Amino acid sequence: MGLSALAPLWSSPGLLLVIALHPALSVPTHRDYCVLGAGPAGLQMAYFLQRAGRDYAVFERTQRPGSFFTRYPRHRKLISINKRYTGNANSEFNLRHDWNSLLSHDPRLLFRHYSRAYFPDAHDMVRYLGDFTDTLGLRVLYNTTITHVTLDKDQRAWNGHYFILTDQKGQVHQCSVLLVATGLSVPNQVDFPGSEYVEGYESVSVDPEDFVGQNVLILGRGNSAFETADNILGVTNFIHMLSRSRVRLSWATHYVGDLRAINNGLLDTYQLKSLDGLLESDLTDLAILKDSKGKFHVTLKFFLEEAGTNQSTDSITLPQDDNDNFAMRVPYDRVIRCLGWNFDFSIFNKSLRLNSGNAFGKKYPLIRASYESKGSRGLFVLGTASHSVDYRKSAGGFIHGFRYTARAVHRLLEHRHHGIAWPATELPITQLTSSIVRRVNEASGLYQMFGVLADVILLKENATAFEYLEEFPLQMVAQLEMLTGRKAQHGLFVIIMEYGRNFSGPDKDVFFDNRSVGQTEDAWQSNFLHPVIYYYRHLPTGERVSALPRPAGCSDLSVRRVVTHSETFTHTLTCQGGRPPHTTQPGSFSSLCFCVESCFLFALTRQKLPPFCQQGYLRMQGLVSTESLRQHRVESWLPRNHAATDSRLEDSSQQPGDHEPLDAPMAPGPLAQSLDSNKEEL
Amino acid sequence: MMSSGSSVFRVGISFAIMCIFYVPTIDSLPELSPQKYFSTLQPGKASLAYFCQADSPRTSVFLEELNEAVRPLQDYGISVAKVNCVKEETSRYCGKEKDLMKAYLFKGNILLREFPTDTLFDVNAIVAHVLFSEDVEYARLYFFHCKLVLDLTQQCRRTLMEQPLTTLNIHLFIKIMKAPLLTEVADDPQQVSTVHLQLGLPLVFIVSQQATYEADRRTAEWVAWRLLGKAGVLLLLRDSLEVNIPQHANVVFKRAEKGVPVEFLVLRDVDLIISHVENNIHVEEIQEDEDDDVEGPDIVTQDDEVAETVYRDRKRKLPLELTVELTEETFNATVMASDNIVLFYVDWQAVSMAFLQSYIDVAIKLKGTSTMLLTRINCADWPDVCTKQNVTEFPFVKMYKKGKNPVSYTGMLGTEDLLKFIQLNRISYPVNITSIQEAEEYLSGELYKDLISYSSMSVLGLFSPNMTTAKEDFSEAGNYLKGYVITGIYSEEDVSLLSNRYAATLPALLLARHTEGKIESIPLASTHAQDVVQIITDALLETFPEITVENLPSYFRLQKPLLILFSDGSINPQYKNAILTLVKQKYLDSFTPCWLNLKNTPVGRGILRAYFDPLPPLPLLVLVNLHSGGQVFAFPSDQAIIEENLVLWLKKLEVGLENPITILPAQEWKPPLPAYDFLSMMDAATSQHDTEKVPKCMKETDVQENDKEQYEDKSAVRKEPIETLRIKHWNRSNWFKEAEKSFKCDKEL
Repeated sequence: MGLSALAPLWSSPGLLLVIALHPALSVPTHRDYCVLGAGPAGLQMAYFLQRAGRDYAVFERTQRPGSFFTRYPRHRKLISINKRYTGNANSEFNLRHDWNSLLSHDPRLLFRHYSRAYFPDAHDMVRYLGDFTDTLGLRVLYNTTITHVTLDKDQRAWNGHYFILTDQKGQVHQCSVLLVATGLSVPNQVDFPGSEYVEGYESVSVDPEDFVGQNVLILGRGNSAFETADNILGVTNFIHMLSRSRVRLSWATHYVGDLRAINNGLLDTYQLKSLDGLLESDLTDLAILKDSKGKFHVTLKFFLEEAGTNQSTDSITLPQDDNDNFAMRVPYDRVIRCLGWNFDFSIFNKSLRLNSGNAFGKKYPLIRASYESKGSRGLFVLGTASHSVDYRKSAGGFIHGFRYTARAVHRLLEHRHHGIAWPATELPITQLTSSIVRRVNEASGLYQMFGVLADVILLKENATAFEYLEEFPLQMVAQLEMLTGRKAQHGLFVIIMEYGRNFSGPDKDVFFDNRSVGQTEDAWQSNFLHPVIYYYRHLPTGERVSALPRPAGCSDLSVRRVVTHSETFTHTLTCQGGRPPHTTQPGSFSSLCFCVESCFLFALTRQKLPPFCQQGYLRMQGLVSTESLRQHRVESWLPRNHAATDSRLEDSSQQPGDHEPLDAPMAPGPLAQSLDSNKEEL
Repeated sequence: MMSSGSSVFRVGISFAIMCIFYVPTIDSLPELSPQKYFSTLQPGKASLAYFCQADSPRTSVFLEELNEAVRPLQDYGISVAKVNCVKEETSRYCGKEKDLMKAYLFKGNILLREFPTDTLFDVNAIVAHVLFSEDVEYARLYFFHCKLVLDLTQQCRRTLMEQPLTTLNIHLFIKIMKAPLLTEVADDPQQVSTVHLQLGLPLVFIVSQQATYEADRRTAEWVAWRLLGKAGVLLLLRDSLEVNIPQHANVVFKRAEKGVPVEFLVLRDVDLIISHVENNIHVEEIQEDEDDDVEGPDIVTQDDEVAETVYRDRKRKLPLELTVELTEETFNATVMASDNIVLFYVDWQAVSMAFLQSYIDVAIKLKGTSTMLLTRINCADWPDVCTKQNVTEFPFVKMYKKGKNPVSYTGMLGTEDLLKFIQLNRISYPVNITSIQEAEEYLSGELYKDLISYSSMSVLGLFSPNMTTAKEDFSEAGNYLKGYVITGIYSEEDVSLLSNRYAATLPALLLARHTEGKIESIPLASTHAQDVVQIITDALLETFPEITVENLPSYFRLQKPLLILFSDGSINPQYKNAILTLVKQKYLDSFTPCWLNLKNTPVGRGILRAYFDPLPPLPLLVLVNLHSGGQVFAFPSDQAIIEENLVLWLKKLEVGLENPITILPAQEWKPPLPAYDFLSMMDAATSQHDTEKVPKCMKETDVQENDKEQYEDKSAVRKEPIETLRIKHWNRSNWFKEAEKSFKCDKEL
């Protein structure tokens, strides 16, 4: 009885607790799209979701967007260029030289309005990201730290499961699609004896005064290491820099993540016989000893192991004991670690199978070329964390690259979940060359994400028209129909930009003579960033795709032709001095242009006309040449050539340009004359 | 022909034997027979010869001019002759057609150049052309392989010397031409040498097996002809070969440079062999050409006519200030403020730039007379504006009028048509006519006097006031046709006065043809806008039009065979009457009869050349079955173009008794220049690399590894001492390897 009387007393707080927690724990808030992180990539994705009217939220740990930039880079100078003047009005083109802006429809939200500096201050980036969020009214939940992410299997869910996010208050969020844009937030640390003496980039002083008269050893060889060195170069005794691999200069590798010229002050002093220096060693072999004066000595782990654990500092062998020329014989006052960052895997439950790729250690999560996790469907990685797709190749780890990949992911999602096909423009075949030239001249996504994003042209039946799709992930071309909702039954062109095959790489001499290719027929040897156009009769399947970005080694028979354009200084093609891409075109169509007179001639001397005449002239939309142009036309060899060809109707299978071995002796008929005139009269 | 028994196929040579004949004092035009003429040619001396059919009256003016040119040319040591082509002694220079006789310039017995007579229109032109051509740049050296030809009526093969005409080059050229065309070998290709190799040309071995010997030899011969002067070709007999060559290789390529290993190739067809050779000798050529080929980029290999033309015209300065250039900022304000024509163009596109010229011409013609503002926007600079205006194709013209939806221009991209569009759009259509008197003024052309030069026909729709739907439909049709034809509507109570006057049953159309001064009426069976548009566009067609570049599409659309009378100048009224009679008698219902004035439409000559060989005298009447079969039939040129003959001919045609003179090609149109096959160029480059066994490409994943290797390689080459840990002093050998790999320091440290 007594017990029974007491029971309600005991149980009621429990009940109350249950009731109080119920709305928070048991009924998670559902959202179609959850974005983790309000950095540039998260905001970029939020922008596209917002414009499409989707149900989404961005979860941000801190109280404002872009928190990474409030502290990093430590020395506040961004190395992403803010080129405010290009002499070009084309906004798309100008994005090629604007590495900081996010994509939006609002021209006020361009970074050039936020900083006048070519290498802008990081505070301006914070201000910009804040404005971007506020102006566009993006839905960001600030002060919300997602502490755990797990899966909840559910047949009704878009992907067969929901993503369950728990925040620091215990609030649960249920998401159909999870977009991870948390960047790389964990400083990379290498464990070796003495690593406790090492200061981290994230916390080391940035005041040069603290380094006056010191010997400094910097571990790492990235831009953060050089940035740190640059800051203290003038006040230290010397700086030594140690890393596993040799320094890679971005102007040699064409990878913006390698050492940028703006940070290479130390290379200058090193090569000019100052006291600073570079060394290569695997950091895991390293050991650092602190002597009685508090100075640091570098040795090898091996010696340490040999000496046993309880030896005093002075009794351990140092390389310089036997080798008086050992580079690191002088003790250091400070050792600074600038080894980059890793992705934070800690919040993701194992069920998500968000593994790190083997190739790059713990740095990046493993994802497909569509930016979807290999472990769980519906989980996409955006921004810097998605850089495994093009690490050391293209710009996917940087704002000026991932703003486009975020758009690509959004387009994939729009099709997958909302039945909206990948946006495409349908045009008549006569506009083919123009469409390609236009994109090659102005497209920023192809240009920044060279080798990764591709424009795709899908031909319609009989090649009378085509659909133009922009910035599709190249490596996903095999699944194009499924991923875009477009049909590729009648052949397709794939347009990407590339550097010359042997042009980019560490230690490449990028200033060699004849690096610029002038002749059209040599275009495939172009070195600078240049467009490459592939033609496929049908979608490449399976393994073939992997061969796609390496056309020369590719024996894929479905690749019919490849065309490249020579590089130009201005990056503006005019289709002059070389043949435009029509030359790639298989058999039955071409987008060569003709004046009405030629179309007239064709119309009365052929049963089938070039598309430009068929779709233009015969629909009374032909191009009438002015008197002055007509004069040039008469001068040019072309009309004569056509006329001559036509005069041999009985043998029209003969292509002009085919050189017949059997020619009439000294009596050039009309054809022979025209053939000769090709060569001789120009 | 080819002496197939011997293993060496020798190319015969023949150089015409020359008698020296020099005429220093003659200053009137000598007339010679072809044989006589050729016997006078003198090595190193230039001579201009006009080959003509005896007593051709057409050429008399030219002959006078040529006569004039004899003395001045003689001053330069160039002789001039008229060569009479006589029946019994034809020369290849005697063309088959009377019209197409030409003059030829020889240097010695080498043909330097040929001139159509119209380029030599007067004495000055003759002298200028000849002196200019004398420049050695224009000289061509051909080698004629006539020993192979047994029958004199057969043609000899010839080879053009492509190198500059220098003594050394000519010597080498002839030496190569005299070398065997094809040699059979059974030796190690690495050891084989021929005259080609000595002269710096590569060798191409076609690998042959017993089983396929005949076919291989034919292929090899074919390749040899194509590579004559570029490479030596040999047939390599695999079966009797002592050294091994790769199983699948079918071609062996040996470079002229010493010490370069031969390449074993697998090439699927002859073209690939040719291109492989040409690509591999190309490098040298470019280097040689560098100096004298200053105009390099100008020698355009364009096969886009418009691009080529615009490129040639690129230095022209257009009076662009006559049009207002719009930007993203000014576009909306400008378009709102006044009536505008906007040209959307992109400055890198040839068609855009060609049309921009026409657009500027329109501006010039409208200068100071129009309220319409001519503007343009470069969509290469402002793509967003153009996208917002729904313009995705270039060039594109739109008309913006206050308070109205913009109208897209869909006509020909030329000055006249656009001007017509702009002028006709000064008023809105259909015009509402409100009185009988106004209607008469409208029909007579008085009402819009200044517009009827742009629209040869005015259309007036007649409706009873209660025909509401019909009137709406007609308004829609008139609106649709605005800018192309003048339309008006009359539906007052007294409309019957008009319908009675023109014998029309309501609803009806009155068509006033201003050039002919005729007014006809057409009853409207259907009043759907589409049908009305169709009736009006059909009515714009003439029964026997002069076909022009501009109007062909309108008639082409009818899908009927074209019966074209080609006339050199205005049409003879008799012919016209004959045809019109046939039209009236319904003989020509299944055809589109028309005529072509070669003076107005010179491109017609190209068409005639395609139909006839040789070209009979004009006029010529042809029937072109463009839409089904492509047959071209010619009315016999020896018959008079009169009704009876025409009817007879048409009947023969109908029952299939006439043979087509030619059939138009039915193949898909292909670009005149071959495509660049970059893939095979790349493959060729790759296979070359393979044989060199130098791995030039690295996989991305190997980069880390290779960084070091390359580094080591380079250092080794440069013989720079590398300061590594001096491990030799150390006795701890087991960490040695690790350390060497991982611990490498540069000298300075």
